[in-house]
Amino acid sequence: MSTELVIQLNTLLAAMILLTSFALLVQRRMFAILHIFAWQGFFLGLSTAVIGFATGEHHLYISSLLTLVMKVILLPYILYTLIHKLKIHREIESVMNTPATMLAGIGLVIFSYHLTAPVRQLSTLMTRSTLAVALATVMLGLLMMVTRRHAVSQIIGFLAMENGLFFAATSATYGMPMVVELGVALDLLIAAFIFGIFFFHINTTFDSLDVEQMAKLKEGD
Amino acid sequence: MSPLDIAGFSVLLLLGGALCAMLLSRFERMLVPAAFSLATLASLATATAGFLAVLQGTNHAATVAMGLPGLPFNLRLDPLAGFFLVVIGLLSTFVSLYSIGYLRAYLGKRPVTRLVVCYLLFLAGMSLVVLADDAYFFLLAWELMAASSYFLVMYEDEQAANRRAAFLYLLVAHVGAIAILLAFGIMAGLTTGGASFSNYTFDAMRAGALSPGWAAGAFFLAFFGFAAKAGVIPLHVWLPEAHPVAPSNVSALMSGIMLKTSIYGMMRVAFDLLHGFPWWWGGIVLCFGLVSAVMGVLYALMQHDLKRLLAYHSVENIGIILIGLGLSMIFTSFNFQSLAALALVASLYHTLNHALFKGLLFMGAGAVIHATHEKNMEEMGGLIHLLPWTSALFLVGCISIAGLPPFNGFVSEWLTFQALLLSPALPHPLLKLLVPLAASLLALTGALAAACFVKAFGVTFLGAWRGHRKKEQIGEVAFSMRLGMLLAALSCLALGVLPTLVMGWMDTVPLKLCGARIATSAGRFGWLWLTPYSHERASYSGPVVFFGLIAVVAATYLLLHVRRTAIRRAPLWDCGFERITPRMQYTATAFAMPIRRVFGFFFSIREQLELISPQNHPVMADSLHFRLRVRDRFWNWFYEPLSDIAFWIARRVGRLQQGRIQIYLLYSFVTLIVLLAFLG
Repeated sequence: MSTELVIQLNTLLAAMILLTSFALLVQRRMFAILHIFAWQGFFLGLSTAVIGFATGEHHLYISSLLTLVMKVILLPYILYTLIHKLKIHREIESVMNTPATMLAGIGLVIFSYHLTAPVRQLSTLMTRSTLAVALATVMLGLLMMVTRRHAVSQIIGFLAMENGLFFAATSATYGMPMVVELGVALDLLIAAFIFGIFFFHINTTFDSLDVEQMAKLKEGD
Repeated sequence: MSPLDIAGFSVLLLLGGALCAMLLSRFERMLVPAAFSLATLASLATATAGFLAVLQGTNHAATVAMGLPGLPFNLRLDPLAGFFLVVIGLLSTFVSLYSIGYLRAYLGKRPVTRLVVCYLLFLAGMSLVVLADDAYFFLLAWELMAASSYFLVMYEDEQAANRRAAFLYLLVAHVGAIAILLAFGIMAGLTTGGASFSNYTFDAMRAGALSPGWAAGAFFLAFFGFAAKAGVIPLHVWLPEAHPVAPSNVSALMSGIMLKTSIYGMMRVAFDLLHGFPWWWGGIVLCFGLVSAVMGVLYALMQHDLKRLLAYHSVENIGIILIGLGLSMIFTSFNFQSLAALALVASLYHTLNHALFKGLLFMGAGAVIHATHEKNMEEMGGLIHLLPWTSALFLVGCISIAGLPPFNGFVSEWLTFQALLLSPALPHPLLKLLVPLAASLLALTGALAAACFVKAFGVTFLGAWRGHRKKEQIGEVAFSMRLGMLLAALSCLALGVLPTLVMGWMDTVPLKLCGARIATSAGRFGWLWLTPYSHERASYSGPVVFFGLIAVVAATYLLLHVRRTAIRRAPLWDCGFERITPRMQYTATAFAMPIRRVFGFFFSIREQLELISPQNHPVMADSLHFRLRVRDRFWNWFYEPLSDIAFWIARRVGRLQQGRIQIYLLYSFVTLIVLLAFLG
């Protein structure tokens, strides 16, 4: 495979990741969000494998496999069971309307390209052009957390942020050391369990997973 | 053994004692005498160490490899530290003796182990503050002192008022500690550029030179921090709250020595660490001293709680000490070394004297409260017959603090006056105005203090008993309490009668700090005459006054007692009223009334007169109720606005807390974007 083709392929995958990020931002149905999140993980794993193949950094295959197992199968499955058990698969409101969220997202993407412009000029890596997409994914994940009212969609925003970080690591330096990646994967798994427990408690306390309800915890003036 | 070894040994003794006391809390009856005997011994060792250090006039330094790695504790004992060790050691010896008897009243009523442990830690902390030779260890010791004294103030913690007083104390102490920390930060950071940790030692600060602006910043931060602990007006509010609620032996230590550690801190920072300053630093110190002295004594006059009154007198005396210190700084900045030495000696001498007589007075007040179970002096009276020892010793304290010969208060106040009267030599016109004003205010302070102690002693000990307890239940206090007070009283007398010897001993301190000695001029005529500057200007002879007074008293006694008929005991003349009661005596409120009228604008006074008459006719009144409330104006001027502002800011900041997760996330998000945009 020629270098040019790898770059093209990688850019395509980055575009897919960005697309899924936007889809996450505006999708309102719970199960659809989960599917999109799984797709994002799939593209991320694929992109990692492609970079690993092109650069000969073989530990990236393991990362890729780990990503596929964790983010395409395990985490969506955990969240799926959670949603099913807590019966929360109805449509959910977001704080901002869809066009406004999209516009903000577009603004963030442009901002990311602006920020990474100096890096693109200095870097010699073949993945340098995707760094902006990675940063945009992080910011879109954070935007998703800010604009959603439902605890589960906030968690997915958080996981999307983590995807963005992972992507940034591969595109900036061809991946983190193996030990770090294993640690991050484990952390993520444990975080998923903790989220599950928290969901359960929030749900039993407030009879809802709408985080607006938690404003009741505030002390009165 | 070098003096530093002795001092270190005594600190270890105290810390070990505190540890053992914690373990022996089940044997309280045995613990109290054992622990306080240990404290007495350790304090004696401390005093000895300090005495030797001042006598030798050399520095002893040591480094203890404890604390954080790379930051060892540095200790140093120089004459200044030695002098304060003597102050600490001497008074704590007496108070520890006193405590053996004083704490007996608590045994069986409430656990005393906490008091014993904190007492020992408190003594150790004060010694360490003086011995520390780096900022880190100094602050550690400072906090040990503050924390242990907080628990001592809060000893009787079941009353909300005590907890509030202790909290106020802790608050002010910590605001002060932050200021001190910042001052050390400036000195350590700017002398070597903050490149390494080695500049946290006082030696590095001494060697470094600061620009005038930063030096002033460092000095005034330190001054503010130490002033909070010393109770300089307007930071004095914790004193009259905390002293009355603490056990009396603790108030004696806090007022007698703990306040002095902040004087030590000011001297250390001004003369040793920063060395070289413009005259206006001293001018500001002098002004704060004047305000504290006058206001302190005026507020003291309005108090009827014996210990509250003494607490306000501590404010006054700290003011007098600061006057000496400020003058000494002014003289130093104009290079009048020998005058600076005189003012510094006056200030140090008053530090030592105040420790002794205020300790004595607090011990006496404790003895009175212990015997009568009253705190308000309006409920006392006639105690001179019931507590002859205590009243005689309390009288010694009163005469000393009022600044009357032959006791020690006179000597140091007189020295301060001499320093003030020599100031016309100063070349600055503003100072030519300020110094005469200072002298007259100091004279006013002395007169008011004398009036205040006429009131305190007269109402408490003279006249007839007014209290609720039966007179027969009141008896003289335990032997060890009397012994502690007696030793303090004798020291007061010795320091008053033989000032020349004392000044000869402490001559190494001004020599180190101001570069001049005064013993040569002060002691030119031997131990009999004190001539601080030159004998043409002023001289005082303690022994002559003392023996003169003894001769007069002895002659009067002989004249009265040789003829048996000269003294006649008869019933009180009651102006024909026949039913005279103790309530018809002159009260403390009445005594202070003229001064309350004259200086009324300093206080916030509320006076109420209520006539109770069934016939609703003013002439046919049954009874008359008089209510008087005198408050410290600084509460409304200074502290209430401050707390209002704090609450206002807190409410404003509270709006940030929305309780909605999205908003909190938005804060992080916006912060991230802004940082990326401007720093990326």
